[in-house]
Amino acid sequence: MTNQNKTIWQKWKAWVNGEEALLHPDAYIAKRAERKKRSKKKTFNMRRMKENPQVYHFLCVSVCAAFIGILLAVVAELPSFGAAENPTNNEVMERYLEKGMEETGAINFVTGMILDYRAFDTFGEANVLFLAVIGVWMLLQRDRKNFSAEQERECEEDAAIETAESKTILQIGAKYLTPMILLYGVYVICNGHLSPGGGFSGGAIIGGGLILYAAAYGQEKVGAFLTKRRFLTMIAGSLLTYFACKSYSFFTGANHVGYAIPKGTPGEILSAGWILPLNICVGLVVACTMYGFYALFTKGEL
Amino acid sequence: MADVNWIQNIPFFSIFLAMFCAILSALVRSGRTAQTIHMLMAWMTAILSAVLLGHLVQTGESFSFQMGHFPAPWGNELRAGPLEALMALVFSVVMLLTSTGGQEFVFQDVVPEKQRFYYVMLHALFGAMLALVYTNDIFTAYVFIEILTIASCALILAKGTAQAMVGTTHYLVISLLGSGTILLGISILYSITGHLLFPQLKEAVVQLAAQGQYSFVLLVAAGLLFLGLAIKSALFPFHSMLPGAYQAAIPTASGILSGLVLKSYIVLSIKWIYSVFSIEVMLQIKIMDILFVFGLLGMVMGSLYAMRENRMKRMLAYSSVAQIGYIYMGIGMGSRIGMVAACFHILAHAVTKSMLFLCCGQMVKDSGGKEQIFYLRGIAHKNPLAGIGFTVGALSMIGIPMLVGFISKLYFATASVYAPGKMAAVMIVLGISMVLNAMYFLPSVIAIWTPVRTTEGRQERSWSTPAFGVCMLLFIGLQIALGVCYQPFIRVIEMGIGLLQ
Repeated sequence: MTNQNKTIWQKWKAWVNGEEALLHPDAYIAKRAERKKRSKKKTFNMRRMKENPQVYHFLCVSVCAAFIGILLAVVAELPSFGAAENPTNNEVMERYLEKGMEETGAINFVTGMILDYRAFDTFGEANVLFLAVIGVWMLLQRDRKNFSAEQERECEEDAAIETAESKTILQIGAKYLTPMILLYGVYVICNGHLSPGGGFSGGAIIGGGLILYAAAYGQEKVGAFLTKRRFLTMIAGSLLTYFACKSYSFFTGANHVGYAIPKGTPGEILSAGWILPLNICVGLVVACTMYGFYALFTKGEL
Repeated sequence: MADVNWIQNIPFFSIFLAMFCAILSALVRSGRTAQTIHMLMAWMTAILSAVLLGHLVQTGESFSFQMGHFPAPWGNELRAGPLEALMALVFSVVMLLTSTGGQEFVFQDVVPEKQRFYYVMLHALFGAMLALVYTNDIFTAYVFIEILTIASCALILAKGTAQAMVGTTHYLVISLLGSGTILLGISILYSITGHLLFPQLKEAVVQLAAQGQYSFVLLVAAGLLFLGLAIKSALFPFHSMLPGAYQAAIPTASGILSGLVLKSYIVLSIKWIYSVFSIEVMLQIKIMDILFVFGLLGMVMGSLYAMRENRMKRMLAYSSVAQIGYIYMGIGMGSRIGMVAACFHILAHAVTKSMLFLCCGQMVKDSGGKEQIFYLRGIAHKNPLAGIGFTVGALSMIGIPMLVGFISKLYFATASVYAPGKMAAVMIVLGISMVLNAMYFLPSVIAIWTPVRTTEGRQERSWSTPAFGVCMLLFIGLQIALGVCYQPFIRVIEMGIGLLQ
C-alpha cells in the first residue's frame, strides 16, 4: 500500500504505529524528495541552509565577528593590566603576598596558593588529569570492539619495520639525556615550594623524558617497568595520598581541631607542611598522564 | 573532637566520598565490585543528605563550610542550605536507582576490562555534581564543570561502537564550547571584582551595578556565564548534541546524563542568579527575559522535534530539550514562585526521565536491539514491568494528575499569574506544549501495548533482573509519592530559595 491511496485513518494509524518511515523506505524517500522539491521556493529550513555553503559560511563568520567585536570592546573597557588601583589588587592579593610565607611556609607564593589556600581546586585539577587519562584509555585501549585481527597484523608489521629502522643518533641522545631530564624533573618537583616550578611543571618534564626514551627504544622498554597495573597503582596511589593529606587538613582546618602540620623553616627542603608531599603526588599524576597519552595515542597499549 | 559539628561536615564528606570511590574503582579488578562500591557510596550519600536536609529544615538556616585553614575570601568554601541538601538527596536517590536498575546494560555493553573505568567515571560524575550543588566559589565550580564534561563524554563512549564515537565527538565539541564560554566569563568577572567566592562577588557586583561602573563589561561577563551554562544544559538552540549522544550511549548513562547532569548545571545557574548576581541585577540586565524567551521556544521546538522521531531514544532526548525549556521558563519569570516551580520541575524531570530511559533500554533489548517504535509494538506484553514504567513516566511527562509532572505544570501555571506581562505567553505555550507532549508520548505508549498477532501464538515473557524490577517499582512509587505529597518538597524549596537570597 503506498502512501497516496491511504485514508486519513490509515495514515494516522500508520503514524501511531511508527511504520510510516520504515515499512516502505523507498516510497518514503521518494515522498521526501518530492516534498523537498515542492518546498524549495516557499520555505527556508535549516537543512537547506546547511546544504548552501555560502549562506552557512556567511552566518558562521558573522557570528564569530560579532563575538570578536564584543570581546574586543570588553577588553577596551577592562581595567588596564597591572595598574595599582585595579579591583584585583585587594585584600585577597595582599594577604597572599604579605602573609603567604608565614601561613604556608612556602617561598614560592604560587605553590603556596594552589596547594594550601586553594587546595580544593587543585585536587579537582589533579582529578581532571586522572580522568582524562582514564577516558583516553577507555577510548583507545585495544579491545575486541575497536580492534580487529587484520588491524593487529598491520600493527605487527609496523612494529617490525620500526625495529629494523636504525635510530642511532636518537638512541645515543636519549641514553644520555633521559637520566638528566628525569633528574631535572625531580629537582623541579622537590623544590616546588622554594623556587619557580612545582608538581605540574616538574611532572610534565618527567613525562617528556619518558616519552623521549620510549620514542628511542620502543614502548616495550618503558612498559617493562611501567606496566598497566603499576601505572594505575601509581596514579591512583598518588591521588589517594593527596586525598588523605588534604582530607586531614580540610577537616582539622574547618572544625578547628587536631594538630597543625609543622611548617618548618621557610627555605629548607623539608618545610611548608603538606606542600612537598602534595607536589610529589601531583608530579607523579602529571608524569603518568603525559606518558599515558603518548603511549595510548601511538600504540593503543601501555 | 567534642566540639566538631558533624552535620556541617556532610557536604565535604559526600563530595570526598564520591571522589575517593572514583580513585578506588580504578584499582578494583572487576566491574561487579565497582558496582557494589557505587551502591554503597550512593546509599551513604543519600542517608547523609537526608540527615543534612532534616537538620537544615528544622533549624531553618544555611551555613558555609570553610575548606581548610583559611577563611572566606582566601580559601575555598562550600555552602549548604535546604535547597542544596534537597538536590543532593534527590540526585543520590536517582543515581542509586538508575545505576542499580541499569547495571546489566553496563555489564553487557562495555567490554569487561573497561567496566571498572566506566565506574571511575560514574563516581567522578557524581562527585562533580555534588560539588556543583554545594560550591560557594566560582572557580571551584569551573574545575568541577571540567570533571563533569570529561566524565559525561566517557560515559557516552563507554559502549565503544562507531555510533558512540560520533555521539561523543559531537557532545564533546559543544560541551567544550560551553566550558570555554564559562571560563571567559569567570576571568572577565574576576578582573572587575577581584573575588571568586560568591558572597564577596555578590557584594562587588551589586556595588558596581549601583554605581553604574563597568556596566557593559558586567553585562558581557554575565552573558557569557549564562550562555555557557545554557549550552551545557542544552537549552533550545544548543540542543543538537543530545539526540545522537543519548541514542548511542548505554541506557543507564543516558538516563543519568539526561536526568541529572543537565540538572546540575541548572542548579548552578540558580545559585549564580541568587548569590552571585542577585535577582535585581539579573532583572536589570534583562538576562532573565532572554532565558525566558528561549525557554518558551525550547518547550515548543523540543516537542516538535520529538514528534518527528521514530526512534524511541531520540524521541526521549528531544523530550528532554522540551523539559529543559520548562525549567528555564520558570527561572526566566524572575519571581520567587517561578523559581520554586523550576526547582520542582528539576526534581520531577530527574525522577521521570531516568526511569523512561531505563524502560526504553529494556524494551529495546527485549525487541532484539531494534529502536524504532514500530518494532517495539506489543513489547509491553513481553516485559510488563518495563511497559508499566514507561507508561507511568510518559503520563507523568504529559501531566496527568497524581503524578509528579502534573504538579510542576500546575506550579508553572500558578507562577505565571505573578509574572507581570508574561502570563499570556506562559499559559499559551504551556497549553501547546502539553498537547504536543501528549501527541508524541501517547502514540508510543499505545504502540507498546498493541498486541501483535504472530503465527506462533503467544509471545513468551522475558523477565528482567530483580535489580531492575525493584528499582522500577521504587521509581514508580517515587513518581506517585512526589505527585501526591508534594507540599513538603515545595516548602523546602521555598525555604531554600529564601535563604539563598
